[in-house]
Amino acid sequence: MTEFLQQLINGLALGSILALIALGYTMVYGILRFINFAHGDIFMLGAFAGFYLTPKIAKIFPTPSILSGLVVMAIAMAICAIIGIVIERFAYRPLRQNPKLTVLITAIGVSLFLEYTGQFVFGAAPKRFPELIPSYPIANIGSLSLNSNQIIVLAVTLALLLALRFIVLKTKIGAAMRALSFNPEAAALMGINTDVVISFTFALGSALAAAAGILFAVNYPAIDPLMGILPGLKAFVAAVLGGIGNLPGAALGGLIIGVTETLVAGYISSTYRDAIAFAILILILLVKPSGLLGKKEIEKV
Amino acid sequence: MNFKYAKTFLLGAIALCFLVSLFENKINSYRLFILYDIGINIILAVSLNLINGYTGQFSLGHAGFMAVGAYAAAVITNQFGELNSFVSGVIFPGALLAGGLLAAVAGLLVGIPTLRLRGDYLAIVTLGFGEIIRVIFQNMERVGGARGLSITHGWTNLFWTFSLAAVTIYLVTALVHSTYGRGFIAVRDDEIAASAMGINATKYKVTAFVVGAFFAGIAGGLYAHSKQFLTPGGFGFMESISIVVMVILGGMGNTTGVIIAAILLTLLPEELRRLSSIEHLPGITKEFPLSWIGNIRMIIYSLLLVVLMLTRPQGIFAFRKSASAK
Amino acid sequence: MRNNFMKIWRGQFLTAVVVSLFLTGCNKPPGEPAANSDVIKVGEFASLTGSEATFGQSSHKGTQMAIDDLNAAGGVLGKKFQLLTEDDQSQAGQPATVVRKLISSDGVVAILGEVASSRSLEAAPICQQNKIPMVSPSSTNPKVTEVGDYIFRVCFIDPFQGTVMANFARKTLKLQNVAVLTDVKSDYSLGLAKFFKESFAANGGKIVAEENYSGGDKDFSAELTSLKAANPDGIFVPGYYTEVGLIALQARQLGITAPLFGGDGWESSALVPIGGAALEGDYFSTHYSPQDTSPAVQNFVKEFQAKYNETPDAMAALGYDSAMILAAAMKSAGATDGAKVRDALAAEKDFQGITGKITIDANRNASKPAVILTITNGQFQYVETIAP
Repeated sequence: MTEFLQQLINGLALGSILALIALGYTMVYGILRFINFAHGDIFMLGAFAGFYLTPKIAKIFPTPSILSGLVVMAIAMAICAIIGIVIERFAYRPLRQNPKLTVLITAIGVSLFLEYTGQFVFGAAPKRFPELIPSYPIANIGSLSLNSNQIIVLAVTLALLLALRFIVLKTKIGAAMRALSFNPEAAALMGINTDVVISFTFALGSALAAAAGILFAVNYPAIDPLMGILPGLKAFVAAVLGGIGNLPGAALGGLIIGVTETLVAGYISSTYRDAIAFAILILILLVKPSGLLGKKEIEKV
Repeated sequence: MNFKYAKTFLLGAIALCFLVSLFENKINSYRLFILYDIGINIILAVSLNLINGYTGQFSLGHAGFMAVGAYAAAVITNQFGELNSFVSGVIFPGALLAGGLLAAVAGLLVGIPTLRLRGDYLAIVTLGFGEIIRVIFQNMERVGGARGLSITHGWTNLFWTFSLAAVTIYLVTALVHSTYGRGFIAVRDDEIAASAMGINATKYKVTAFVVGAFFAGIAGGLYAHSKQFLTPGGFGFMESISIVVMVILGGMGNTTGVIIAAILLTLLPEELRRLSSIEHLPGITKEFPLSWIGNIRMIIYSLLLVVLMLTRPQGIFAFRKSASAK
Repeated sequence: MRNNFMKIWRGQFLTAVVVSLFLTGCNKPPGEPAANSDVIKVGEFASLTGSEATFGQSSHKGTQMAIDDLNAAGGVLGKKFQLLTEDDQSQAGQPATVVRKLISSDGVVAILGEVASSRSLEAAPICQQNKIPMVSPSSTNPKVTEVGDYIFRVCFIDPFQGTVMANFARKTLKLQNVAVLTDVKSDYSLGLAKFFKESFAANGGKIVAEENYSGGDKDFSAELTSLKAANPDGIFVPGYYTEVGLIALQARQLGITAPLFGGDGWESSALVPIGGAALEGDYFSTHYSPQDTSPAVQNFVKEFQAKYNETPDAMAALGYDSAMILAAAMKSAGATDGAKVRDALAAEKDFQGITGKITIDANRNASKPAVILTITNGQFQYVETIAP
């Protein structure tokens, strides 16, 4: 029983990080109907931003501590938000009228570009992410082990989710985002500046990915330029699972993927771990393509 | 439609391949195997073009079909390659064919569930299938898993490579230009309209996958008997992407363009390789790390991809009208 | 209609053939061997970019430094070495191409490479066929040298290392029940795990649990939790330092107190920074210890640090030794001719390498002692040497 609980906790922690990344995917898809392949690499950039920022911040604030953790995360989020805006502006915006596949290829190109540039600039060898947030074992009940890092992941994810919910539901720009995802042409006719809203969406998604990157690096302190590929793909599956375009769905999807993957790897077979996410994807697309919380979209002729 | 002359040309091309292959041992080994790579990539690109270009189904898992064909053909020739002299003569084409058929079955298994999907979803799912195939081979002890599989007989030669390339081009082109083939293009252009016109979109989509996968399997078999060593990691996402880039560069639905793109994209890295050898770059001292050049090469490759999409998404060779215009 | 069809098809195919021949014919060979008879051309293929770049780069640095050292000392047989390095991008299919290029177009007399057994296995038949000696620095799959008598290696092979660790676990650590955590994506890890398991069981030990992960994974909590439930006395982790550090961290976080132990894939200065205190009291086998006080090793370490600003790991040291032993063989053969060098390599006995005293055995594998290290106070500490 304790083993199951342990696996569950592990899965939830992993799933929260996936959820944060998935939110970025789903927001962009909701508005632009396109999968930003490079999103996973923003996650990686967030982690590296944290890597380079931490020693600098350590000179100002006491490190490791919650305070320095928050500061580093905030700055990393800002940096990645800017990167997200830049990518959108130069690689995706010019292609808005092109067929979706063109943009998809471009996104793949951007993703490869970020990965190889990362290998060039940061070096291919994994780097030790510095201790940003102090980590204590929290509980050791029988053979169940809980670590403070896992609690922090869950707490920060929750906080960011609530913040996102507030932005989307209670602010003007959030309303604009929702309007755009509903009907882009009508939104433009209503006087909404499409470009600004789209840039904002990318910024928001990228910021969340950066936060996920920092949380991930705190928990798994070996970072490398290719670290974003697999979490990125799994997060995409999570977004689809929850219903692409649906924010709570993405969060839910992330948690489900995290838990499922951990349980399957622990109980059934760890060899097929990477394939689990894809199997879930294929399954959900066969059974309920609109996802768990999504609405069925009928293509009008 | 008069096929008589087309078939003559096909046979002529095959005869030409046979003649050329007689001089094989006069060609530098390195360049010879690059020629094999060209032939194999032509088959891969043309077969993917059928799925992506003519039928508009965006498949990112083509390397998975190649893997199926490669491993199947390898296992067969390793097992039966030395039975007796008669068998040795026919086992190679037989193994290739078997690889192709098995890959076609894989194509069927991938094509059917993806019927309802469009665009991005389809891309990710095919990518997923490609990865699943890779993971399956990684765990298959029979073919060595991650430790790899050695192939005893390196039977690939110019004759097989290029005559099979000719056959692939012929069959795919014949298929697309036939009346039946109009269905592919109709599905690509507007699936709903096509269905409204009574075209069974399902049939065409699945056919595209099956035929495309079949030829990818053949290419895989040729690849296996050229490199003589297979690992599951060699058939992953990056390999699928490089085939996709050939199709994009050549122009989706433009067979000639795709062929030229396949040739260019096989030769270009080799040219770059010669250039990046430290001895040949002026002004670069010995301390300039080779890995920088390798990385920069890939950075430029990915940037080119983005720039290509931004400036000329229809492909570099789209001066020939694509089939749908006829 | 029919004319269009013929034209299309004929046009396409002829274009293909013509363009093909034209473009390939344009490749002028970069330099025929005859023109440069005052250098000894040695080819190297390594994964300088791609997913395994960190290992290939390390190996290449060691090899490059060896060649530089050799040339600084005047070369061999009155000629200097020219190292032609090709990047195989960690990709299958590339080794065959680049090794063919090195042999057929660049005219090298010997090949150094590769780290990964799968890529060595791809290239070895080509070297064998062309009678070019190939020395692998760190491929451990026994099959590599089985390809033919021109293929050598300077590292020990999986059966040896697996047995060493199994014996160490049984006899020195006195472990009875052991769990194994294998990197299922790495042929090195699979090979080492296989031979360890066989040897451990043959010695009366019991493998109580087995789990797998994939190189590149960061989260091992699922697998470790599962292993923990089997209550092992020790966990064998025959993987690379890139994952081992994290595995150790997560194992301790989960409350696993049993020691971890592994093979030479652990050996890197990056291991302890990642794993930290979690690695205390863990063990691994390797070729040499950077703490070895012998002047040769210390000079090597200092020179490497000065040249590349990092501490050499096992890959670098083996890369160095592979080049050095090749040079030594050429010297004793008095020639660079393939067959003579091959014979000289096969006859190498007690070659003093950085990674130990190497004797090339009848199977062209390096017969040399393994060194067991442990981690104490964040440093590698020597435990014992196990002779072959």
